[in-house]
Parts: sequence; C-alpha cells; structure tokens
Amino acid sequence: MSLHQKAEKNVWWLIALTLITVSIGGLVEIVPLYTIKSTIEKVEGVRPYTPLELAGRNIYIREGCYVCHSQQVRPFRDEAERYGHYSLAAESMYDHPFQWGSKRTGPDLARVGGKYSNAWHVTHFIDPRSVVPESIMPAYPFLATRKLKFSDAAAHLRANRTVGVPYTDEMIKNALKDLADQANPEADHEALLKRYPKAAVGNFDGKPGVLTEMDALIAYLQILGRMVDFTKYGTGQLQQ
Amino acid sequence: MAEAPSAAGAASHSEHPEYNEKVVRQFVIATTFWGIAAFLVGVVIALQLAFPILNLDLPWTSFGRLRPVHTSAAIFAFGGCALFATSFYVVQRTCRAPLFGGRALAGFVFWGYQLFIVMAALGYVFGITQSKEYAEPEWFVDLWLTIVWVVYLVIYVGTIAKRKEPHIYVANWFFLAFIVTVAMLHIVNNLAVPVSWTGAKSYILWSGVQDALTQWWYAHNAVGFFLTAGFLGIMYYILPKQIDRPIYSYRLSVVHFWSLIFLYIWAGPHHLHYTALPDWAQTLGMTFSVMLWMPSWGGMINGLMTLAGAWDKLRTDPVLRFIVAAVGFYGMSTFEGPVMSIKPVNALSHYTDWGIGHVHSGALGWVAFISFGALYFLVPRLWKREGLYSLKLVEYHFWIATIGIVLYITSMWISGVTQGLMWRAYDKLGFLQYSFVETVEAMHPYYLIRAAGGVLFLIGALIMVVNLVKTARGSAAAAPIAGPAPATAG
Repeated sequence: MSLHQKAEKNVWWLIALTLITVSIGGLVEIVPLYTIKSTIEKVEGVRPYTPLELAGRNIYIREGCYVCHSQQVRPFRDEAERYGHYSLAAESMYDHPFQWGSKRTGPDLARVGGKYSNAWHVTHFIDPRSVVPESIMPAYPFLATRKLKFSDAAAHLRANRTVGVPYTDEMIKNALKDLADQANPEADHEALLKRYPKAAVGNFDGKPGVLTEMDALIAYLQILGRMVDFTKYGTGQLQQ
Repeated sequence: MAEAPSAAGAASHSEHPEYNEKVVRQFVIATTFWGIAAFLVGVVIALQLAFPILNLDLPWTSFGRLRPVHTSAAIFAFGGCALFATSFYVVQRTCRAPLFGGRALAGFVFWGYQLFIVMAALGYVFGITQSKEYAEPEWFVDLWLTIVWVVYLVIYVGTIAKRKEPHIYVANWFFLAFIVTVAMLHIVNNLAVPVSWTGAKSYILWSGVQDALTQWWYAHNAVGFFLTAGFLGIMYYILPKQIDRPIYSYRLSVVHFWSLIFLYIWAGPHHLHYTALPDWAQTLGMTFSVMLWMPSWGGMINGLMTLAGAWDKLRTDPVLRFIVAAVGFYGMSTFEGPVMSIKPVNALSHYTDWGIGHVHSGALGWVAFISFGALYFLVPRLWKREGLYSLKLVEYHFWIATIGIVLYITSMWISGVTQGLMWRAYDKLGFLQYSFVETVEAMHPYYLIRAAGGVLFLIGALIMVVNLVKTARGSAAAAPIAGPAPATAG
C-alpha cells in the first residue's frame, strides 16, 4: 500500500503526515531568527520602558492604535524624509507584543517621539480636528479625565522580566515611585533617568497632581524612536 | 485510485437516523446571526472612516476597538460557525457515521464556541486585547478556545475513525488539516505570561522581530487554513452535490491538498516586506507566496471543471451560481495575493487600502459566497423542506451582493494605489509633494463608495435571512424557478 493510500484510509496517518507537512515552513523560517545572532543589530540605547511608558503602551494597545498606525519605517527615500531612519529590529526587541502594524490609515509612529509638544498631543487627543482639520482619527477626550490605574506596576515589570525584558530588581522595587515621578515636574529625576535614559519627564497632560491615562500615553509616544542615536552609526554599520 | 470516492456516492446513504443534525442546525443559525452582525459592524466602521464623528468620542465605540469586533465576527464567528456546520454535516455523511462523542460533546462545542465569541467581542469593546491581529483575545479566552478546539478535533477524528466508508473523503482532509493546523498556530502565537491569574492582561512570550514573524505566520495561515482549507472542504462537498456529478479529478485533489498545505505555511513573511525582518526570510516568504499561486489555481480548476458538461445549470440554479462565483473570486484573490507578495509591488501596496480590498475580495467573494451557497444548500435539507422558499430571492441576493463586492474592491484598489503613489510623490524641487493628511483627505470619496458596497452586501444578506427563515418555517414556496429538489437528492 502506498503512503498516500495509507493516509486515505487511516486517519492517524493522515494527521501525522499533515502535521509534518505544515510544520516545515514555520520551523525553517522562525527558528533561525533566534539562532542567527545578526538578526538583532548591535546598537546602543535600547532599554526597557519606564513604568509610565509601559502603562501608556498598554493604553495604546487597549485602544487599538495599531489598527491605523504602523511603527515600522521602511528603507525608502520618501519614508526616510517623512518619518526618519528606517526601523531596526533592535528597536523593538523589548516589545511584547510588537506594534509594527499593517495599515497606515494614519501616519507611522515609530519615530513620533519629540516631534510634537505634550500640549499638542493633549489637544489632538481631545479633538484631533482642532489641530488637523482633515483628520479622521477618533477623539479620545476620556483619556484626560481617567485616572491611570497601574498600582500593580511592579507585577507588570516582573511579567515582562519573565518573558525576557531585562528589568532589574531595582527597577521593579522603584516601579511605583518611577511611575509617579516621571509625570511630576517637581520630583528629582536623577535616579529615574539613570535607570531609563532619555525618558521624557514632566507634566504631560498639563494638569498638576493627577496622574491620568493621557500622561501615560503621551509619555509612551514621546520615547518612540528616540532610544537609538543614529548620528553615532555610519552607513553599513547597522546591517543584519 | 480507480475506486476514487465521491461525495455523490457517499451521500446516497444520507438519511441515517442517528446523524446529529441538531448541532448542524444550531451552527447554521449562528452562522446567519453572526454574519449579519459582522457585516453590520463592517458598515459602521466603514462609515466611521468617512465620518469620524461616528466614533462618538466614547471608548467603546471608537474605530480601534470596533475593528477587531468586525474582523473577529467575520472570520471566527461567521466563518467559524459556517465551518462547524458544514464540517459536522459533511463528516457524518461521507463517513456514514454519527458524530463521535454523542450529543453532549457536540453540544459542548456549540455552546463553548458561542461563549468564546461573546467573550472575545466583549473584551474588545471593553479594551481587553493583546493586539495581535486576528488573535486579539487575551490569555483566558485563548485557553477556553483551546479546550473547545481540542473537543472539536476529538469529535472529528473520532467520527472519521469509526466510519463505514473505506476511504476518507477529500473534503475531510481539508477540514482535518484546518482543525489540526489552526490548533498549532493558535497555541504557538498566543503563548503569554499573565500579569496575575485574576487579571486579564498578559505579555506575549515573543518579542519584536520574532513576535512579528510568529504573528504573521499565524495570521497568514489563519487565511490559509481557516479561510481557505476549511472552505475548500465545503467546496469539495457541496459543489459536486449541487450539480450531482463527481469532482473533476481525484488526482488533482491529492496534488492540490498536499501542495497547498505545504506551501501556505511559508508565506507569512510577505506581510513584513522591507521591515526589520531579515532579508532572507522576506525573500523566502515571497518565493513561496508566488509558488502558492499554482495549488490555489489547481483547486479552482478542480472546482470549475467539475461543472464541465453542466454549465447550463448556472443559468437555472442561483445557489450553484453562489458556489461557482465563490470559486471564481477564490481564483481572483489567490492570483492577486502572489502579485502583492512580490516586493516591489508590496512596496506600493503595503500599509494602504489595497490590502483591505484584497482581503475583502477573498472574505466577501470567496468565504462569504461559499458560505451563502452552503446555507442555501443546508437549510432545506436540515429542516426537511422540498426546496428553498424562493429562488428569486436567492437571485436578488446574488446580484445585490455581487455589485456590493465590486464597489468595495474597486474603490479600495483605487484608494490604495492612489495613496501609495501620493506617499512617494515628489515635486519639482525634490520635496515630498503631499503631507500625510492630504493623502487621508484624498481617500474620502473611496471610503463613501466602500461603505455603499458594504451596505449592499448587508442588504443581500438580510434578503437571505428572510428566505432561510421562511424556508425553515415551511412557508409555501413562491413558485421556484428551477434547481434540484434538495431534501431528497441522492
């Protein structure tokens, strides 16, 4: 009896052959991404998110921002001019899950950090059409009034550490303090910035005292694309 | 191969007293219900893109939360229930055996799957999502789906194992590959660590570039196995049944099956062209995507050639027209897909509405049309009626839905190509010609046309609901124009 006749008459053969057939492609393509060392470029600057950025990132995910905004600049002339340097694999190596997106109903956000002021973001979230009249983005006024719920920040950092993000014991211990300090202009930011270089600090939503979802989301947007200093690297130095 | 089995042959014993038709009826009702829900939310979010005020400034009604409701309702609720209904119907008849595990297991799969749908949809509306496209439900919903899916697999394999036919019919290969592969994809792509056992939030095990490829390995094969292999299983059963002829070529079915399931799995990287995914993986993904054109068209040819000598039935049988148009759309979108996977084409098409148009030529033209064909095929048989309430209404449904699809996909092609070209346009002085928001503004007319297409598609489906309800209730048939008398066929 030929192999195929066996598969046609014995369901276990059919399942076994099917499983083998559908496993090959995935194994050949995915496993090497872990074993080939050059997959993730060697660059300096990429660090875990601050607790506030992580909370903001979770809001970004919750609201489905990835549905309309990519975070992945392709190596084309027009994208370089519109958005900046093409994205590196290293820049999202601590992203669980990745947020590269698949559709640009709105512009790419991979390098939006630092491009607009906090005040612009607040206005834009509350009423996008007040600053960009042709925009079709939904308005998010509720972000400005909702208090940020992230009292379990340390647990979030620990879960991230479990999946491979290098949060230190010190970072986990200071999670709640860092969360509050980053949005408080009066706080001493030295230790925070030592743990998380380049983090944007200040009162993001312009409202003193209360830590809102708006604070967190803007803190996240303001770090996007700013961790790697591309002036340090010449052509050909960032190859996979 | 001389004694190649056929759906027509196996089904001559179709009136087995112990067949579980209740679960098929339940899934048929669910398919219809979720179909309307999916199309309705689709129309709403299409209008939101044309008129942003419709987001209502509320968290629960914004596009970002409703879009996964639409995609999950279309793929997993509507498509999924259609697959459960047809696969349970087909496996019993082609195996001449009632469902393994009895009514309890089948009932568990039905209610368990409905619970999965409701948990997933409520989660999106309330912001519980892990943001992996077409795999948005959080860890606890994923675990529940895994349990339901394993029971589904047990029922399916158990039924095949105790069959009274010597061969496992082709449709069952496709259904089985769909069940087994979706289980593999679902588990690997969703591995995550919850923040706490009492909370909804989790962090996915994979990160960055590896997570990206795992995700698109999953998502492309959700297309390949959920929306293709499963629905090909439907084609391999209802197409020969509806025209009462065996499938064109058994040998082609064998080649079609193995080449399709082997090649599909490799195609995921074409969703990540020019990203930080290494070039070798992109090239591999593109190459296999182009190769995938062959088995796809092999399957289309196998379906269409089954009509050889019976093409005249297309004129008289509107149900057959749905099935055949579905196979035609399948051929069209499986040609478009490989074209879009070629890197220079993808450089233009990716991130634009062209992708949305492509998905919908497959989802509306292939998946929904063959599901409509299956519903029109099943309802008279399941409710023991002489035929459909009205073939005239089927005809209206067909043409209204077809015009809807044409409006949808042509507007999305034009808007996609337009936006792609505008993004890369330079003026005489060498500056980018358009700001991003100017390209958004240019999309407005196409978003209106797309919404109109969606409305037509929804109207067509509502006509179907009326027809199916009247059929099930046994309302007097309004002089059927033609078609075989289904309930007793074979």
